[in-house]
Amino acid sequence: MNTNVLGVINLIHESDELESLTAGRCLATVPFGARYRLIDFTLSSMVNSGISKVAVFAHTKYRSLMDHLGSGKHWDLHHRQSGLFMLPPITDDVNEVQRGDLFHFYQHRDYFTRSSMDYVVITRSHMVCNIDFAPIIAQHKESRADITVICKEQSELMHGKARKVQVNADGRITAMQDHYGRMTGDLVSMEMYVMRKELLLELVETSLAQGQDHLVRHAIMSRLDVLNIQSYMYEGYLGVVNTVSSYYQNSMQLLNPGVWRNLFNEPGPIYTKVKDEPPARYTTGAQTSNSIIANGCIIEGTVENSILFRGVHVRKGAVVRNSIVMQNGDIGENSNVNCVILDKDVSIVEGRELRGAELSPFLAMKRKVI
Amino acid sequence: MGGKRMVAMLLAGGEGKRLGVLTKDLAKPAVHFGGKYRIIDFTLSNCAHSGIDTVGVLTQYQPLVLNGYLGIGSPWGLDRRDGGMAILPPYMKQKGGMWYKGTANAIYQNMGFIDRFDPEYVLVISGDHIYKMDYELMLQKHEERGADVTIACIEVDWKEASRFGIMHVDDEGWITDFEEKPKVPSSNLASMGIYIFSWSVLQKYLIQDEANRLSGNDFGKDVIPAMLQDNVKLNSYTFNGYWKDVGTLESLWEANMDLLSDEPALDLNDSSWRIYSVNPNRPAQFIAPGAVINDSLITEGSIVEGQVNRSVLFHGVDVGEGSLIQESVIMPNVRIGKDVKIYRTIIGEGTIIADGVTLGSPESKSVAVIGNDEYIATSQSLQEVE
Repeated sequence: MNTNVLGVINLIHESDELESLTAGRCLATVPFGARYRLIDFTLSSMVNSGISKVAVFAHTKYRSLMDHLGSGKHWDLHHRQSGLFMLPPITDDVNEVQRGDLFHFYQHRDYFTRSSMDYVVITRSHMVCNIDFAPIIAQHKESRADITVICKEQSELMHGKARKVQVNADGRITAMQDHYGRMTGDLVSMEMYVMRKELLLELVETSLAQGQDHLVRHAIMSRLDVLNIQSYMYEGYLGVVNTVSSYYQNSMQLLNPGVWRNLFNEPGPIYTKVKDEPPARYTTGAQTSNSIIANGCIIEGTVENSILFRGVHVRKGAVVRNSIVMQNGDIGENSNVNCVILDKDVSIVEGRELRGAELSPFLAMKRKVI
Repeated sequence: MGGKRMVAMLLAGGEGKRLGVLTKDLAKPAVHFGGKYRIIDFTLSNCAHSGIDTVGVLTQYQPLVLNGYLGIGSPWGLDRRDGGMAILPPYMKQKGGMWYKGTANAIYQNMGFIDRFDPEYVLVISGDHIYKMDYELMLQKHEERGADVTIACIEVDWKEASRFGIMHVDDEGWITDFEEKPKVPSSNLASMGIYIFSWSVLQKYLIQDEANRLSGNDFGKDVIPAMLQDNVKLNSYTFNGYWKDVGTLESLWEANMDLLSDEPALDLNDSSWRIYSVNPNRPAQFIAPGAVINDSLITEGSIVEGQVNRSVLFHGVDVGEGSLIQESVIMPNVRIGKDVKIYRTIIGEGTIIADGVTLGSPESKSVAVIGNDEYIATSQSLQEVE
């Protein structure tokens, strides 16, 4: 058990190019994988790794986040011995909300100092994976690294944006660059960092004093020489979801049964806020193939290569292909959609046709009627 | 704060003998139903939707699965500061203890529990029926009519009438006669086993019934007839919705099949009357290329590569390539290999069916059953039930 490790999910300035999918919500609560929200993956991974106290640094548009996480009971974090802590910005001056994560960590430093934990695991929400932190924490302790960064060898990011890293033969990180940098190589940072809590607090104070505002871009990237920053190579499935294109393509990856099994079940199950939806109902004449269907759906038409979230109704004669339909979508009779992403509660009226392209799917806003 | 208006007592100790292997290790109310539920979910959800916040669940036969499932009642909104859910098995008293001898005795033994809430009314229900009903409306009728007892009733098929408590009512709806499971039924108005009692009246009769050594301590056989004899005001409450006693394999199968019509009599998708349950929290189901699904319910965590017709699949069921599932009920975590054919069969939780096996035949008229955690490697035309 990692009872000595504090989980930190850092949502401050999380890079987000998801257009209307994040118009009313933060990146962390973008629906993904037919019934989850992006944050479920990192949060469940922490819980499955034995981390029982998790702080969520909320930043902007976090109503949906509070609604989703609630008391933390769906992740078993609502006990006397465990806890989910929502830490939104503390500031009187609205301009300060836009400051970097170091500033917000500093504002909440009491949370860290009060905790008896010695280590922290800091993650973001857009790295979709199912990961066991236990061996990483073990490696971190054994290697006597100052910081361990979880990395992944991945040449195809499907338009997701991630920092690049380079490591030497000993696994020490020698270079790190923002996604727009020119550095070559297939190694990306999963934006997951393990370090001692003391070091984090020290980095927060010294960096802020030097006029620096950002944990990774400033505090870590400027100290690659002075700190022993080690890499840990993650082998499982990773989806970097921070653009519309990467959202669509990573969603479609789930239709590969190997990815489905790995991402949702191994090494531990991914938890989410449960809803009391009945089983999916397929009527006579329904045709479904190569799709992921959530509970509560009613399928009377045709669904192919698609992902349907909870409570979607595909009416008679309707055809849904290569699409993602979020919660309570209503696909009218004899309508036809292809390569679209429909946000929650979107209705397609009878007989309508809607077509996007695989590289630029059509994206419909929440509650839109088309 | 005064007493509670109404406390519910849910009888959940039934052995469910006629469900055979399905109730080998669990009580009937805990049997899986409808793709993701257990039978008791329907009654508990009714309580939740009827504004009932205090429910005593009386357990006796094989309670472990049920106890684990119910927990502190959170899925049904029964994790309350005042009241909430209490699981009530038989317990030792100063003068010794005994098993629940009958339905009335089970309530008698827990009179202390009910008195703690000082209720005006007690609702007695059982955990083995599938239906959606607002007990609040029934209570309103009970109050309006100034009844001492109200019994919910429904018209059943004459052929089936002898399985139920059968009653006669007068023009105003007062019950004039009540007969438990008559051989030759003289009416088809059946008791649904749902009673609202004014607590003071029930208390008196429970004590009286317990003192009567000849009594079987059963509501239908003893308490209600005794009340009728004394001219207690017994009111009937006619229910017109879907109601199914799932006490036999045949009726359990039928009730599952009833959910499959395009306009099911019991609508699970009705958002105003959700059936609450412990959610399995599994990934959304994966329907592989080449799968064919018609007229079926399928639950999260399942992977379907074959063909499913008119069937109910619970969570975590794998159906391999080339397999056919027809008119069957497949309980959680069953793994069905490749090229398997299954007709009209109920398959218990966790069972594995090896590649190429055939169970039942397309001509099967009756329903077969396979228990939990079995491994079936050879084809069989299963022993047919009833």
